[in-house]
Amino acid sequence: MNDNKFKLPASISRRRFVQGLAIGGVIASFPHVVRAGSSFKDVVRAGSSFKDNAATGSAPELSGKVIELTIAESLVNFTGVVRTATTINGSIPAPTLRLREGDEVTIKVTNTLSVPSSIHWHGIILPYQMDGVPGLSFKGIMPGETFVYKFKLQQSGTYWYHSHSGFQEMTGMYGALIIEPREQDIIVADREYVVQLSDWTDDDPMKVFSKLKVQDDIYNYNQPTVRDFFRDLSEKGLSSALSKRKMWQEMRMSPTDLGDVSSAVLTYLFNGSTPLANWRGLFKKGEKVRLRFINGASNTFFDVRIPELQMTVVQSDGQNVHPVTVDEFRFGPGETYDVLVTPQSDAYTIFAQTIERTGYARGTLAVADNINAPVPAVDPVEWLAMADMMGNMSHGGSMTEGAMDHSQHGAAMPMDLSQHAGPAAAYAKASTQVRHASTEYGPSVDMRVDTPRTNLDDPGIGLRNNGRKVLTLSDLHSLENVIEPQRPEAEIELHLTGNMERYSWSIDGLEFGQSTPVHMKLNQCVRVILQNDTMMPHPMHLHGMWSDLESESGELQVRRHTIPVQPAQRISFLTTPHDVGRWAWHCHLLFHMDAGMFREVVVS
Amino acid sequence: MRIIKLVSSAPVIALTASLLLVNAGVMADSQMDHSEMDHSKMKHGDKAMDHSAMDHSKMKHGDTAIDHSEMDHSKMNHDDKAMDHSQMDHSKMNHDDKAMDHSQMDHSKMNHGDKVMDHSQMDHSKMNHDDKAMDHSQMDHSKMNHDDKAMDHSQMDHDDKAMDHSQMDHGDMKMQGGKAPADARDPHAYSGGYTLADGPYAIGGGRQLKLLDEHRFYAIRADRLEHQFATDSLAFELQGWYGTTFNRLAIKLDGEVSDGKLEESQTDLLWSRAVYSFWDAQLGARFDTYTEGESRQWLALGVQGLAPYWFEVDVTAYLGNSGRTAIAAEAEYELLFTQRLILQSSVGLTAYGKDDAINGIGKGLASLNAGMRLRYEFSRQFAPYIGVEWMAKYGNSADYARANNEPTVTTSVVAGVRFWF
Repeated sequence: MNDNKFKLPASISRRRFVQGLAIGGVIASFPHVVRAGSSFKDVVRAGSSFKDNAATGSAPELSGKVIELTIAESLVNFTGVVRTATTINGSIPAPTLRLREGDEVTIKVTNTLSVPSSIHWHGIILPYQMDGVPGLSFKGIMPGETFVYKFKLQQSGTYWYHSHSGFQEMTGMYGALIIEPREQDIIVADREYVVQLSDWTDDDPMKVFSKLKVQDDIYNYNQPTVRDFFRDLSEKGLSSALSKRKMWQEMRMSPTDLGDVSSAVLTYLFNGSTPLANWRGLFKKGEKVRLRFINGASNTFFDVRIPELQMTVVQSDGQNVHPVTVDEFRFGPGETYDVLVTPQSDAYTIFAQTIERTGYARGTLAVADNINAPVPAVDPVEWLAMADMMGNMSHGGSMTEGAMDHSQHGAAMPMDLSQHAGPAAAYAKASTQVRHASTEYGPSVDMRVDTPRTNLDDPGIGLRNNGRKVLTLSDLHSLENVIEPQRPEAEIELHLTGNMERYSWSIDGLEFGQSTPVHMKLNQCVRVILQNDTMMPHPMHLHGMWSDLESESGELQVRRHTIPVQPAQRISFLTTPHDVGRWAWHCHLLFHMDAGMFREVVVS
Repeated sequence: MRIIKLVSSAPVIALTASLLLVNAGVMADSQMDHSEMDHSKMKHGDKAMDHSAMDHSKMKHGDTAIDHSEMDHSKMNHDDKAMDHSQMDHSKMNHDDKAMDHSQMDHSKMNHGDKVMDHSQMDHSKMNHDDKAMDHSQMDHSKMNHDDKAMDHSQMDHDDKAMDHSQMDHGDMKMQGGKAPADARDPHAYSGGYTLADGPYAIGGGRQLKLLDEHRFYAIRADRLEHQFATDSLAFELQGWYGTTFNRLAIKLDGEVSDGKLEESQTDLLWSRAVYSFWDAQLGARFDTYTEGESRQWLALGVQGLAPYWFEVDVTAYLGNSGRTAIAAEAEYELLFTQRLILQSSVGLTAYGKDDAINGIGKGLASLNAGMRLRYEFSRQFAPYIGVEWMAKYGNSADYARANNEPTVTTSVVAGVRFWF
């Protein structure tokens, strides 16, 4: 995939690397068969001749019941360096597919790469053979082969699709998938834009991963320094400066371990445009504009806001929610949010800074082509808090586990009756007793949380008390008809685990290769408890079925396909699989998934 | 002992209130840091609780153990009367000599109904629980209902007994390491007996999906590749590994080149296995070569890893021919002045069980070394450095050095590069 790397003569500055090129993106696209006989020079020439056809900015749109897609290698230039990308129909992002609920669609995908490929329809309920995970739901699409996906669309909303093979997604294979409701859309807007955020690396993703394996903090340039220490010393005194560091030092953990990768190796894209290229969407003042935000990044959480413009969140993961108006939201790879905005000024910046605060993706909403709004500075890095390591500290320490739980005062009262009502109510509420797996006590795990937090109203590190109204999971409530009533008949507890020093990621301390599948019974409702025993958030994506998030007090709250679990957090959701088969379930941070934070689900 | 409808419920309420402070006392003794405590979900409903002037200052429970273990308050009912404890004085209470066991108390059905409790004048400041541990571990407050009423702790005075939680040791919480308890969850319990390779809907042909947890990686790193000015020689310390996350083949090369000749070298070839979160056990062989001397071979058994406070540690014990033994230990610590300017401090020692005169090595502590190297990381993978290295020989090793007209202590300025790929 990377045998075509060469540098343009011009040297690139660091600034250009982060900001990207004003013009750039896909400069040429060619099937592997064409390339096979070509020399490097031919490739360059081919690239040059296509240079004006840069397929970035908003992706082309395809609609109808029959869609044809071609996977190929393309030359791209985001930062001043020509690189080989894997693309779908020669664009980054891939074409936006606009389909219709209730339709049976046929999507023919031809692979012209020299390696197997695949496309997964993220968040779509379909037969497992159509889910597109090579080695699990099918054998993959072999080089030169065309695979025909055929499935009926039983849902509507904003989704996306991407390769599920190796690091192909990271090198360009992702696009939006919009399913129009069969009946009239209850979300009414005067115009709409897809905003697909992603990240790009000029390096071979495999090389990036390998480097993390050697030195886990290689891309972290916000590590605690002596200078920071003396600043704390002068501002807060010696004992405070020391105690702030004591536990991190003792535990061999980094308080700035907010993300594995950073702008040191990534460039952030907004609909395939670098921050310098500045993607632009036009509007007329007073119009209601719908923005369909999709996080299609490989490894990046984005914090999205539009300074001076409030956003009303109306959909999450394709499912309508009670409108909630916010200034900002955080989302991880795999998640989507639809928002409505009513811009009144001439121009706005859609600003998406990354969780580790090293860069941003950015676009402009404006009334005309030549107007821009200021671009805010990236917020300073905030150290992880104790809550991100230990969870709920209110009763940690000397108390015997589970002995005193004040968190249930009041809130738990309605459940008390049902607890005496018989076996049917055995799973009335998610169990709060932390049960670490026996395999969490080995070298694959660097910490375990004994007192996890269960609240959903924390916006997360870097967003707490920032003066803006930030969306949290507790703000999201599905519309009344979205989730069918269900009662769990079984409970599954899984812990998200890792060892940063070894750059190993796992579930229950077992990487995928060591694991066994999770078995679920067809049409049986199961409660899943996910506890995050790491200091990073993980967007957990369960294929083939919905994840209906429960509130802390046990009420069904919002339907998702990807559930972000914060550090030291313990959350629960219900799922009822209605389709048999083998399904993937993994952290959608691509490196975490590939490192082993992945489970197979068998539904039978 | 069952208490049904107390004529005056005041003592019971006072006791409950005192328990709250008793808890605080226990915590103080165990030095906890509550600075990050989150009470955000405590719910006391609509009213404020005011314990502002509680005076239990001289509570004394004398010589007799108080066992409240069977108390059942479940049918207490304070519905109809407001309780005013404002003038309570517990000032002479003394719990000195006896342990109280409240472990079986059940407050679950207490009902304070419609009335406000005013504890505002209570003073617990001189309660003394010094000598005995109180075990509240089994208390179940989970069904207490304070919804309608309110507790205001805002005036609580902890002045006399400052609670210092700053020394709380979370080591007890065992967030890291340790042994799995016998009742730890079975990670395969949900599998229904199926595996990744077979069971319903497996696509056949064995397991197809493999991720990078089964991939083998490699690294080669030069921790030191430097010119030592004092001896006008080149010293190197290289490490390489190949393997998965938990099982690796590791090679360590140490040596010195002067006048274009490899003066001496030490090569460790090891199987490195991850045994704890931050530690690898290593087993293998070591090969020593000398320009003037005799080569030696050893069996090697060691540990390499990261100690608390980020000390990189490498300790290896060796067993050689004819009963030779040796030990080598090394520790490094890094200080980041900026993100790229980094000071590495290191210390090391070697010790031997037998004299090895031909190689200039004596029994006992043979050498100590310490170094400081300041590097600038152009990237995390490439950093030139300057520094100083001090090395001293001891015991018989020092005698051999003197006999050869070699210095027993050398201090050298060094300059070199550090890199990995």
